[in-house]
Amino acid sequence: MAEWIDACATDDIDEEDLIRFDHGDRTFAIYRSPNDEYFCTDGLCTHEQVHLEDGLVMDYVIECPKHNGQFDYRTGEAKRAPVCVNLGTYPVKVEGDRVFVEI
Amino acid sequence: MSGIVIIGAGECGIRAAVTARDTGYQGPITVIGEETALPYERPPLSKPDDSGAVEKPITTLEALSEKAIVLKCGVSAIAIKRDAQEVVLSEGGSLPYEKLLLATGSRPRPLNCIGGDRALVLRTIEDANAIYAAARTAKHVVIVGAGLIGLELAAELRTRNLNVTILEAGPRPLGRNVPEQFATKMALRHQGAGVGIVCNAQIASCTDSGVVLNDGRIFEADLIIAAIGVVPNTELAASAGLTTENGIRVDSRLMTDDPNIFAAGDCAAVKTAEGTYRRYETWQNAQAQGEVAGRNLAGGNALFDIPVWFWSDQYDLGLQGVGDTSGSPAAIRDLGKDAEMLFFFDDDGALVGAAGLGRGNAVAKDIKIAQRLIGVRLDAAALSDPGHNLKKLLRAA
Ligand SMILES: Cc1cc2nc3c(=O)[nH]c(=O)nc-3n(C[C@H](O)[C@H](O)[C@H](O)COP(=O)(O)OP(=O)(O)OC[C@H]3O[C@@H](n4cnc5c(N)ncnc54)[C@H](O)[C@@H]3O)c2cc1C
Repeated sequence: MAEWIDACATDDIDEEDLIRFDHGDRTFAIYRSPNDEYFCTDGLCTHEQVHLEDGLVMDYVIECPKHNGQFDYRTGEAKRAPVCVNLGTYPVKVEGDRVFVEI
Repeated sequence: MSGIVIIGAGECGIRAAVTARDTGYQGPITVIGEETALPYERPPLSKPDDSGAVEKPITTLEALSEKAIVLKCGVSAIAIKRDAQEVVLSEGGSLPYEKLLLATGSRPRPLNCIGGDRALVLRTIEDANAIYAAARTAKHVVIVGAGLIGLELAAELRTRNLNVTILEAGPRPLGRNVPEQFATKMALRHQGAGVGIVCNAQIASCTDSGVVLNDGRIFEADLIIAAIGVVPNTELAASAGLTTENGIRVDSRLMTDDPNIFAAGDCAAVKTAEGTYRRYETWQNAQAQGEVAGRNLAGGNALFDIPVWFWSDQYDLGLQGVGDTSGSPAAIRDLGKDAEMLFFFDDDGALVGAAGLGRGNAVAKDIKIAQRLIGVRLDAAALSDPGHNLKKLLRAA
């Protein structure tokens, strides 16, 4: 069952950036958009299982650190080859200065 | 009905086919590939897992058939009849084309010495399987050539506890395309792991028991691998009368002397702004040129101009480079944890290239930002200051 997990503080993530969040044996990526919204996706790129934490966030796109594959982190949609499988996404809410993810 | 024909079902050929279709081309698209395996990526071949070489598909048959792209595996193109606009196939018969793309890639440069054919090479999945099978029983490996592939293989085989010696003809490892600082760091990492690196080594012969140098030195080996670069597959183009010289010559639209024939990827030598020709041998270049070629096959007018990017993984280290990284760096940026970026400027202070070395993907983000900053005049002091956010430079650009 998915539950709301207190993942990090709002300013643990720089604007237009992401952090890695590990929970149990799963790994996620939590993003802060240039417009101060928060999003959460699976942590590993669907191409070669590389963690997205070292990737570059530009607007609403995360680019995988390895092979330049791109995803829209709001929807998980694969945007550019070599990736073709979408990322899973998870609901996020902000309460006070904490970011919660439903995973 | 004639349509688009693509010779070579590698990274570049497949990318071009998919792009041509996605751009709206309605006619038939056929990709001819000499290899029997479904199209697969080469980079994982030098980065195997415990069970051997990883065969990572570039695409699936379903994805291709959804786009109505016909793939003929295990078939080679043996001639191009330019007057009739036809490609002659090894299986018999020929295929008419409206537009043709040569994405024939490259092949390993053979080791030219007595017994040179004893050396294994690494290009295909079969090559990789042969090397890792031999590595299971081998004790002493000699790798000829200290380029990226030679070093990646050395790291891999050393991690399997084999004795590894690299013989390099030049004065230092990674002489081509890698900044000297990083080449030195990589070499030290290898030597620290116990890999022997011998430079200025001129090979006389390969024998049953090892490799003999011109100066008489003998290196024991029960597995010899030659990783001394590649030669572009240009024969088909040359015999069709197209201009080739270290690659099939194309303009920045990737068009050959024949307006119906394009070339892209490892096999293409692209005209630069200075009027010289350059050939690139990287995975991202195969993709990027494949995309440009795909658009132009479909009737577009796209230009290839983006800077070429590469990566290499050895041990826990990740090396990446983008653009032109020759000469000495204008700025050095310390990313902490032993990760470092080098930035290269032209005479006007505009960024022409950058390289990074660090553990894992530590330099990936900065390389991607640098890639977007190429051509922009930058302040070397800001680049060298780790406290100065690179993204700010990008927004200001
Ligand atoms: C072991 C290895 C590791 C690598 N690692 C990296 C890396 O870490 N980073 C990086 O950036 N790059 C790397 N590369 C380089 C990268 O893989 C190549 O630049 C890329 O594969 C080039 O793609 P291509 O489609 O142009 O050519 P190729 O991949 O060579 O594909 C060309 C295809 O055309 C076929 N062909 C040729 N002639 C004919 C014909 N007449 N008829 C039919 N088919 C034909 C060939 O059989 C081949 O399958 C590596 C390469 C190798 C071999």
